[in-house]
Amino acid sequence: MVERTVRIGSTHGLHARPAKLFTQAVAASGTRVMVQTTGGPAVNAASILAVIAQGIDHGDERAVLDELVELLSTDHDE
Amino acid sequence: MMEITGTGIGQGVAVGPVVRMAERLPEPVDRPSHLDPEREGERARGSLSVVAAELANRGAKAGGAAKDVLEAQAMMAEDPSIIDEVTKLLATGKTAERAVYEAFAAYRDLLVGMGGYMGERAADLDDISQRVIAHLLKLPAPGVPNPGHPFVLVARDLAPADTAMLDLDQVLGLVTVGGGPTSHTAILAREKAIVAVVGAADATALADGDTVVVDAAAGLVVSTPTPEQLADANARIAERAALQAAPVTPGALADGTPVPLLVNLGSAEGAVEALRLGAEGVGLFRTEFLFLDHNTAPSVRDQQEHYTKLLRAFAGKKVVVRVLDAGADKPLSFLNAAHEENPALGLRGIRALRHSEVILREQLTALAAADAATDAEVWVMAPMVATVEEARYFSALAKELGMRVAGVMVETPSAALIADRVLAACDFASIGTNDLTQYTMAADRLLGTVANLQDPWHPAVLRLVGDVGAAGAELGKPVGICGEAAADPLLAVVLVGLGATSLSMSPSALADVRASLARYSPDDAKALARAALAAEGAAEAKRAAEAAASEITASRATAS
Repeated sequence: MVERTVRIGSTHGLHARPAKLFTQAVAASGTRVMVQTTGGPAVNAASILAVIAQGIDHGDERAVLDELVELLSTDHDE
Repeated sequence: MMEITGTGIGQGVAVGPVVRMAERLPEPVDRPSHLDPEREGERARGSLSVVAAELANRGAKAGGAAKDVLEAQAMMAEDPSIIDEVTKLLATGKTAERAVYEAFAAYRDLLVGMGGYMGERAADLDDISQRVIAHLLKLPAPGVPNPGHPFVLVARDLAPADTAMLDLDQVLGLVTVGGGPTSHTAILAREKAIVAVVGAADATALADGDTVVVDAAAGLVVSTPTPEQLADANARIAERAALQAAPVTPGALADGTPVPLLVNLGSAEGAVEALRLGAEGVGLFRTEFLFLDHNTAPSVRDQQEHYTKLLRAFAGKKVVVRVLDAGADKPLSFLNAAHEENPALGLRGIRALRHSEVILREQLTALAAADAATDAEVWVMAPMVATVEEARYFSALAKELGMRVAGVMVETPSAALIADRVLAACDFASIGTNDLTQYTMAADRLLGTVANLQDPWHPAVLRLVGDVGAAGAELGKPVGICGEAAADPLLAVVLVGLGATSLSMSPSALADVRASLARYSPDDAKALARAALAAEGAAEAKRAAEAAASEITASRATAS
């Protein structure tokens, strides 16, 4: 299993729009990806509801794969 | 022919076929399914994917911000977590309808529990859930219809999410069963200049395809109108189109006496449209939006940037900025966190700002800097002033921080009753008719049950306006009106008759008010004001002014 930790860039955290971009990318990759916040449960990264229900804030750290790192570190609220 | 009464918003008329907004579906009954879980699963997955495709398709058509929201909704409809949950629920023998309902409800409650931004997304989930259940039941999807031709929308009431989805190019008119003059539908109608009648209880009797005349000026919806009524409505629509297309001229009475027509703005965004419609300046610039959604006050630099943007758009014109008006219906935690029994009578407006003077100082500093950097004529005013001492305090502070013109809003009866002394302590007054009516009539403007008392035509309110107008004339100081009252074409003439020197309104009302003012001389306006002042109540005052107005028009027709 490959694991990466990344700090969330979007100013308002991982809300609907950035979460959508992220889950779309996961679904497009065709691989099974799990995400979790520090200390939180691991959830299916292809589920937009599971992702937003984690209530991930700006600056929170989470584990994901390389190719998705850039998406998460970009501020989509600019 | 059937006539349905309600509260008209604006002065427009519309004719068109009714399309009803489908009612919300009831919660699916939790009963055992007579199908096996696999078959129910196929039904559920089928409907989820149809709804997802529909939402994605609508998103692609909508574009912009709506596209993102709809695409996110489409993904939620086909979310693997939802499908897992539905499958689990179906295994216990539930119907597809019930399983879909419960799966979305569980996530909905989760989001509501998170509060804030996520909490607001709960409505998106409700919407998807309703769509999927409707598809399963082969019922029309609830929510805003899209029949593909222009229509009159008839709804119980519109939620903000519905209005965002409304294709305004297709909506000829709006009729709601519920809602009052301050409802979300009414606000939208005013902003976008859509012909609307709200609070039309009997509109439930209207059916899809009925031809109706929506007459906002009369607060009337006529179903299956007679040929004469149709012809009359179409003539009025043409007349109004001509009015809207008339050249934009400065506001003036029949003899040329200028009455500057200004606009109420809540952010710098509306500036271009307001100028196009002939705004001669801004009579009320609300600054709350800079502060709402914030846990702390925005920095002086952020504020200055936004003010500069607005002032640039109105170079060479007057812009009256109201300092932060928090409290009552728009509380701000950093300004006043205390729970109040009567927030409308509590620590709000200038009272709250005085309590946190640093916020007021920062705002005035930012404004003065924006003023210095631009060519607009900036005036600043304080909300909720009740005493001469408050007027003096605000004026002194504004001048100390570099503002040239400082005035007060007259919203309390006390400020109106001693307007001569209040005006002596500052440079101008601007009457906020909504609050002045609420406080004069002792009727909460947010409370539907006393909405009938919230009428600025009431002679008690008009008399206070007249007192302020007289004090302004005596001292040679301007008295403006900013409030919905100025947007009523006939009431606008009465207000000028009572001494108002400028009128500020939603940009969509400018053309109607401009045309109305041009029909009357200063003496006519005073005669209308006298007629309204002498009446018993609000409805009588309006009728008296209408009678006086038709007398003036008739005598002029005979003379010419």
